[in-house]
Amino acid sequence: MDTATATKTVSLKINGTGVQVPEGTSILEAAKKAQVKIPVLCTHADLLPSGSCGLCIVKIKGMAKQVRACATAVAENMEVITHDPELYETRRTVLELILSNHPDDCLRCQRNNNCELQRLAAEFGIRESRFAKKLKNLPKDTSTTSLILDPQKCILCGRCVSVCQNMQNVWALEFIGRGYDMRIAPAGDIKLNDSPCIKCGQCSAHCPVGAIVEKDEVEKVWEGLRDPEKYPVVQMAPAVRVAFAEGFGHPSGEIVTKKMYSLFRRLGFKAVFDTNFSADLTIMEEGSEFVDKLLNRPHELPLITSCCPAWVDYLEKFYHDMINYFSTAKSPQEMLGSLAKTYYAEKMGIPLDKVFSVSVMPCTAKKYEIGRCAEMFSSGCQDVDVVLTTRELVRMAKASGIDFEALPEEESDSILGEYTGAGTIFGATGGVMEAAIRSAYFLVTKEELGDIEVKAVRGLKGVKEAEIDIKGTKVRVAVAHGIANVKAVLDKVRAARDNGTETPWHFIEVMACYGGCIAGGGQPYGVNDEVRKQRLEGMYKDDILQPKRCSHHNTEVQHVYKEFLGHPGSHKAHDLLHTHYTKRELYTK
Amino acid sequence: MPMTRTIFISDNDPVLHDALVTALRDRNLQETTRVRKTSIFGLSTYSSLMKVFPENVMFANFAASDIADMVDSDFAPNKFSYKDETLPFVGTGPVPFYHKQYRIVLRNCGVINPESIEDYIGRQGYKALAKILSSMSQEQVIEEMKASGLRGRGGAGFPTWMKWNFSRQVEAAEKCIVCNADEGDPGAYMDRAVLEGDPHSVLEGMAIAGFAAGAQRGYVYCRAEYPLAIERVERAISDAEKAGLLGDNILGTGFSFHIELRLGAGAFVCGEETALIASIEGNRGMPRPRPPFPAVKGLWGMPTVINNVETLANVPYIFLKGGAHYAKIGTEKSKGTKVFALTGKVKHSGLVEVPMGTTLREIVYDVGGGILKNRKIKAVQTGGPSGGVIAEQYLDTPISYESLSELGSIMGSGGMIVMDETDCVVDISKFYLQFTVDESCGKCSPCRIGGVQLLSLLNKISRGEGENEDIAKLKQISKAMQVASLCGLGQTSSNPVVSTLRYFADEYAAHVDHKKCPAGKCRALIKFMIDPEKCRGCGLCARRCPVKCITGESKKPHVIDQSQCIKCGECFSACKFKSVTRD
Amino acid sequence: MKQCCGGAVDEFRFYEAQKIELPASLQEFIDQWKDKPGNLIMILHRVQEEYGYVPRQIAMKVAKELDQPLAKIYGVITFYHLFRLTKAGKHTIKVCIGTACYLKGADMIIEEIQELLGIHVGETTDDGRFSLEGVRCLGCCGLAPVVMIDNDVYGEVDKANLADILGKYSE
Ligand SMILES: Cc1cc2nc3c(=O)[nH]c(=O)nc-3n(C[C@H](O)[C@H](O)[C@H](O)COP(=O)(O)O)c2cc1C
Ligand code: SF4
Ligand code: SF4
Ligand code: SF4
Ligand code: SF4
Ligand code: SF4
Ligand code: SF4
Ligand code: SF4
Ligand code: SF4
Ligand code: FES
Ligand code: FES
Ligand code: FES
Repeated sequence: MDTATATKTVSLKINGTGVQVPEGTSILEAAKKAQVKIPVLCTHADLLPSGSCGLCIVKIKGMAKQVRACATAVAENMEVITHDPELYETRRTVLELILSNHPDDCLRCQRNNNCELQRLAAEFGIRESRFAKKLKNLPKDTSTTSLILDPQKCILCGRCVSVCQNMQNVWALEFIGRGYDMRIAPAGDIKLNDSPCIKCGQCSAHCPVGAIVEKDEVEKVWEGLRDPEKYPVVQMAPAVRVAFAEGFGHPSGEIVTKKMYSLFRRLGFKAVFDTNFSADLTIMEEGSEFVDKLLNRPHELPLITSCCPAWVDYLEKFYHDMINYFSTAKSPQEMLGSLAKTYYAEKMGIPLDKVFSVSVMPCTAKKYEIGRCAEMFSSGCQDVDVVLTTRELVRMAKASGIDFEALPEEESDSILGEYTGAGTIFGATGGVMEAAIRSAYFLVTKEELGDIEVKAVRGLKGVKEAEIDIKGTKVRVAVAHGIANVKAVLDKVRAARDNGTETPWHFIEVMACYGGCIAGGGQPYGVNDEVRKQRLEGMYKDDILQPKRCSHHNTEVQHVYKEFLGHPGSHKAHDLLHTHYTKRELYTK
Repeated sequence: MPMTRTIFISDNDPVLHDALVTALRDRNLQETTRVRKTSIFGLSTYSSLMKVFPENVMFANFAASDIADMVDSDFAPNKFSYKDETLPFVGTGPVPFYHKQYRIVLRNCGVINPESIEDYIGRQGYKALAKILSSMSQEQVIEEMKASGLRGRGGAGFPTWMKWNFSRQVEAAEKCIVCNADEGDPGAYMDRAVLEGDPHSVLEGMAIAGFAAGAQRGYVYCRAEYPLAIERVERAISDAEKAGLLGDNILGTGFSFHIELRLGAGAFVCGEETALIASIEGNRGMPRPRPPFPAVKGLWGMPTVINNVETLANVPYIFLKGGAHYAKIGTEKSKGTKVFALTGKVKHSGLVEVPMGTTLREIVYDVGGGILKNRKIKAVQTGGPSGGVIAEQYLDTPISYESLSELGSIMGSGGMIVMDETDCVVDISKFYLQFTVDESCGKCSPCRIGGVQLLSLLNKISRGEGENEDIAKLKQISKAMQVASLCGLGQTSSNPVVSTLRYFADEYAAHVDHKKCPAGKCRALIKFMIDPEKCRGCGLCARRCPVKCITGESKKPHVIDQSQCIKCGECFSACKFKSVTRD
Repeated sequence: MKQCCGGAVDEFRFYEAQKIELPASLQEFIDQWKDKPGNLIMILHRVQEEYGYVPRQIAMKVAKELDQPLAKIYGVITFYHLFRLTKAGKHTIKVCIGTACYLKGADMIIEEIQELLGIHVGETTDDGRFSLEGVRCLGCCGLAPVVMIDNDVYGEVDKANLADILGKYSE
C-alpha cells in the first residue's frame, strides 16, 4: 500500500479538464485530481477494487460500454465523462435498488450521520422508495464482546471480506450463498465468536454502513458515571489523542491530549489516567524481560511483543507453537487497569470493587482483552470494566453537550498519568520497538542512546527490519503490522527454530492493524494511507513535545516501582503485570 | 465374410443396444453387421433412435422388444421409421429434418463411436493437428483462422484468431487454453452433443489453439451435470495421450500440450470468463472487473484463451478444408455454421446446424417442421436468458451475430425457442428472470437486487396487480442493470424484458390496463366458464377437475365454482363440445 | 477462574480438532489431488459422492488437508448449487424447469409433486424418502416436460401419472 516508486505519467481528460497521473492510477483517483468526486460504495483505498456496487460507472469516449472508475486504470489520452444526466439516472437507480434492500433504520443506527450509504442517499436527494421494500430476515451476530454483525444492513460491498482475508489473513469472514441470498458470515453460518476472528475490528472500520460495528457500550459507561457508589476512572490509549478530534471535523493527526483530559473530567471521571503511562511501564517490564533473555538466555529469543490483543488471539490460534516467544508482559491497558484497582485504590482508600475503570482505546479487540483470561482479573476484580473505542467516545462527547472546541487544556492525574515520548509512540507501528530500544540500550549499557529516534522501524512498510548495535551486541529487530505481513516473519522464525539455526531476529513487534493502533479498528472512519501518515506524524510530534522521551525516565513509573512493585519482573509485578497464553482452536463449532 | 450393413444405435439406453446385438447374433448376422453406439442424433424428440446403412433408414421411438421384428423384416420401413406429420412416410434418403442443415460441428456426431479414437482418426481426425505441427508457424495458423472468419460460438462472437493472437503476443513462461464446456443456458445442449458425440474434435481444436497461442496446458471446464460427456472427454484425453496425439512432444514435433478436466458444480455464471477462472482455481465463481483480460492475466495469472466447445470443434475442419473454404459458408461478417437447440412449440425439436444466413423461418418451418398443432407462431426467442424475442414479422431475417442483435436479441450459445400464440410474453420474461435471479452470483448490486425487483414487478403484472408506472420501472431497472452490472449475466439479464416490451408492448398493456392475459397463461387473469347454451352435461370436466369445483346434474349444464377454481385449464381441454370458455 | 465483581467469566473451551478417519478411497483421492492446481471443487464432488452431502467435519478435514481456510471452503460449497450441506432423501426427484419443459408446464408438475409429497423444492420429506429439486434442462427437451428420479428419466410427464411414477419409489 506504500505507493510504489513513481512510474510513467499518463495524461488524460476528465470532463474536459486535463490531468496527469502516474501510470496505473484508477480513473477514480485521477478524477480527484480534476476536483471531481465520483460516488463509490464498495471501493476503499486500502483494498483492491471489487467492482460490486456499480455506482462509480463513467463513460469513456470511444467505448460503447460504461466502465467502473474504481477498477479501470487510466490510459494515455483517455477522455472520461464522470457526470451527465444518463450516468446520474443510472447511479440513482442503482442507489434506489440498494436502498430497497436496506432497512430505513437511520435514526436507530450506530452509523447515523456517519454512513456512506446515508450520505449518498442524501446527496442524490432520494425522497421516496419507488421499489418494493425487500428485506432479509437475518439475525444479528452478537456473539463477541467486540463487534456486532447486522446482516440486514449489509450492502455486500465485500470490503470486510477483503480486509479479513487479505489484510488480516484471518479468513473469519467469507461470502456465503449466492445471488440474492448471498450474505457474509463466518465459515458455514457459525457465530463470529466460534470462528478464528481476532476481533481486530478492521472489518468494522472499513464497512461503509452499520452492518459491522463496535459493540456500543456508551450506556454502560453512563451508568457507571451516574452511580454514586462508583469511583469512575479513565485511561486513554496513545493513538486516541491523534484521531479523536477527527470526530469534530478536525484534521487527522491533531494532538488533543489535554483537551481530552478535561473532557473526561467533565464527563464525570474522578481520576484521569493515561495509558501512555503504562506504556512506559510495559517497556520497563518487557524491556527487562528482553534484556534478561538477551544476556542470559539467548536461545529463548526472539521475544515477541504482546500488547496487541488481536495479535495475541492470532498467535494463540494460528501459531500456538510459538507461544513461548511471547512476552508475558500485559498490554498497557491491562497494566493500568490492574494498578488502578490495586495501587491507586489502596492509596486513595477506595474499596477496589467501587473503582469503575474505563479505558478509551483505538481498538475493538481491547473489549475482548479485558476478559481474555484469569490474569485480567489480577486485582481481584475485572481490572478494566469497560472499553470504549475512540468512535464511541466521540459519540459520548457529543451526547454530553460539551463544546469540545472550547474545552480548556488540563493535565492528567498524577501517579498514573505521566508519560514520556516513548510511551506515546506505542500507538504507531514500530513504536513499541523504538521505545523498547531506547530503554534496552540503557538497561544493558547503563548509558543513554545517542540518537533515540530509530527511523528504520517507522513508516508504513509492511515488514521493517533494523540492526541495533548495543555496544557491540548486534540486536536484530523486526516490525510487522497488518496480520497479512506477519506470516513472512513468523515462518522464518519457525524455520530457524526447527532447523536449529540462529534466529533471524531477537526482538519482534507485531500490531494487528496496518499502521498500528493509530489505524485501529475502533478509530474514526475514513482511514487510508494519507490519514495513517497524518496520525503517525501526530504520534511522533507528541514524542518530540515531551520533555522526557524514554520510558525509564518516567518518574511516576519509577515511583510505582519504589513504592509498590519493587523492581521490574518482581514477584508482585508478575502477579499484576504479566499473563500467560494458551493454544486456542480456530473453530469451536 | 464382408460387412454388409452398419447400424448406429443411440446410446441412451444400453438395453436397446444389447437387444439389437442379441437379435443379430440369434440370426447369425453378427459377422455381416457392424453395430455402433452413438450419441444423440440431434433429433431428441425421440427416445430411441437407430440408423441403418446402407439403406439410410432411420427408426425412432421403438422399444427393445420391437427390435427382433425389425431385424426379421430386414429393416424394412415400418411404423417406427422416420415420419413427419406432413409427409406420411419417408423411407430412405435424407430425413427432412436434415435437409437444410450443414454439418461441420456435428459432422461426426452420430456417425462415429465417440469412445473410439480410431473412428475419429478414420474421419481425418488429428490430421489437421499433424499438418500444423509439421508444417505451419504460429503466425500461419493465426492467419488461417483469420481467413476463416470464425467467431466465438460461446455468445459474444469475438473473432477467434484475435483471442489467440492476443495471448500469443503476451510474454509469459506459461500460457493456457480453456475449453468452456459449462453450457448453462437452459435449453441449449449443443456443446454436450459435441462432447458426447465427438470429443476428440474439441481436444484437437484445443491443441491447435495451444500451438497458436504458445500454450502448454489446457483445461476443459465441464458442467458436472453432464456425466456422459465427462466420461467421454476423460477417455478421449487418455486415448489421445496414449496415441501420442496429446501430452509431451506430440508426434515427435517437440510441441507439448497437456489437457486436464475440471468440473463445475452448478453455477451458470461460471460460463463467464473471469468467473470460470475463479471456479477452476477453486473459488466462488464470482466475476471480477476486466481488465485485466484473461488473455493477459487469466488462470493462475497465466495468459489464458477461453474458447467455447463449438468454436473449438470447428477448428480441425477449418484446417482440413482451408480457411477460405470455411469463409464461403455464411454471411459477410458471420462465417460458417451455427448449431441451434431448437425447441418450444415446434414439431421437431433437436439440434440443428445451419449455415449462418439461414432465416429463422427456414429453421422453424423447413427444419423444425412448423408449429405444433398448426397453431400460429408468435415469436422466436434466441440467446437464452441473455437473449430476446424476435417477433413473427422478422422471421425472414438471415441469421448473423449482427442481425440478431439489431433485432434486440443475441446469437448467444444457440438456444432457440419457438413460441406460439398460447405463450405469454410476460410469462416468458418471468421464466428467464427467475433463471437469472437464481443464477446471479450476487456480487454486484444492480444485478443482485435489480433482478429480484424486475421479477417481482413481472409477478405483480401477471397477477393482475400491475400499475401503469410499473412499465416505466421495468425499463428504468433494466437500463440500470444493463449499464451498471459487473458481468455479462447482469448486463443482459433484462434483455428478455426489454425485447418483449419492444415487440409486445400491447400485451403488457393488456395485463396492466385491462387485467387480461391474451395468451391465457397468467392464471390470475383468466377465468374459465361453462357456456350453458353449449354444455351437454356429459360430466367429463367435473371428473377431470382436480379440485372438484364443477358441479351439475347429468345432461344438464354444469357450473364452475369460481371461488374454488385453480385455473388449471383441465376442463377447458377436456370438454369435447368446446363448452368451456376461457376469458 | 477468578471471580470478579461482574460475575464469573466463561470457562475457556478448548476443542481438540476431531481426528477424523476418512474412508480409504476418499483419502486416496484427496492425496492424489492434494497438490494439483484447481483441486477443491473436484475434491468436494468426491466428498459428496461419498456422503451424499458435505458434512461439517469432513469440510474441516478437507480444510486441514488442503491447508485452506474453512471459511473459503464454505464459501465454495454454498456458492455452487450442486453441493449440499444436509443429507438428501433416499430418492432425488429432479424436475426439469428448463425452457422447453417450462413452456410445456413444468411449473404444474412441480406444484403437483409439492402437493403429493408436502414438500417444497429444495426440501426432503419427513420420512427421508424424497428430495425435490428443480434443475435447468436435463438435455432431453424433446421429451418435455421431463422428470428425473435418481437416474431414471421420465419424459412427457403428465400430472395425472405422477402419483404412479412416485409410487415406484415407495421402497
Ligand atoms: C453469464 C455468462 C454465461 C456464459 N456461459 C457460457 C457457456 O456456458 N459456454 C460458453 O462457451 N460461453 C459462455 N459464456 C461466454 C464466455 O464467457 C466466453 O465469452 C466464451 O466462452 C468465449 O468463447 P468463444 O470466444 O469461443 O465464444 C457466458 C458468458 C456469460 C456472461
Ligand atoms: S447503515 Fe446507514 S443507511 Fe443504513 S440504517 Fe444505518 S445509517 Fe441508515
Ligand atoms: S430529518 Fe426527518 S426523518 Fe430524520 S429525524 Fe428529522 S424529521 Fe425524522
Ligand atoms: S474483527 Fe478482524 S478478524 Fe474478526 S472478522 Fe473483523 S477483520 Fe476479521
Ligand atoms: S458488512 Fe459492511 S463491509 Fe462487509 S460486506 Fe457488508 S456492507 Fe460491506
Ligand atoms: S494494533 Fe492496536 S488497535 Fe489494532 S488490534 Fe492491535 S491493539 Fe488494537
Ligand atoms: S452481474 Fe450478476 S452475475 Fe455478474 S457479477 Fe454482478 S451479480 Fe454477479
Ligand atoms: S380450470 Fe381447473 S380448477 Fe378450474 S374449473 Fe376447470 S378443471 Fe376445475
Ligand atoms: S365437459 Fe363440456 S359438455 Fe361436458 S359437462 Fe363439462 S362443459 Fe359440459
Ligand atoms: S466503487 Fe466502483 S463499483 Fe463500487
Ligand atoms: S494503544 Fe495500547 S497497545 Fe496500542
Ligand atoms: S428444458 Fe427440460 S430437458 Fe431441456
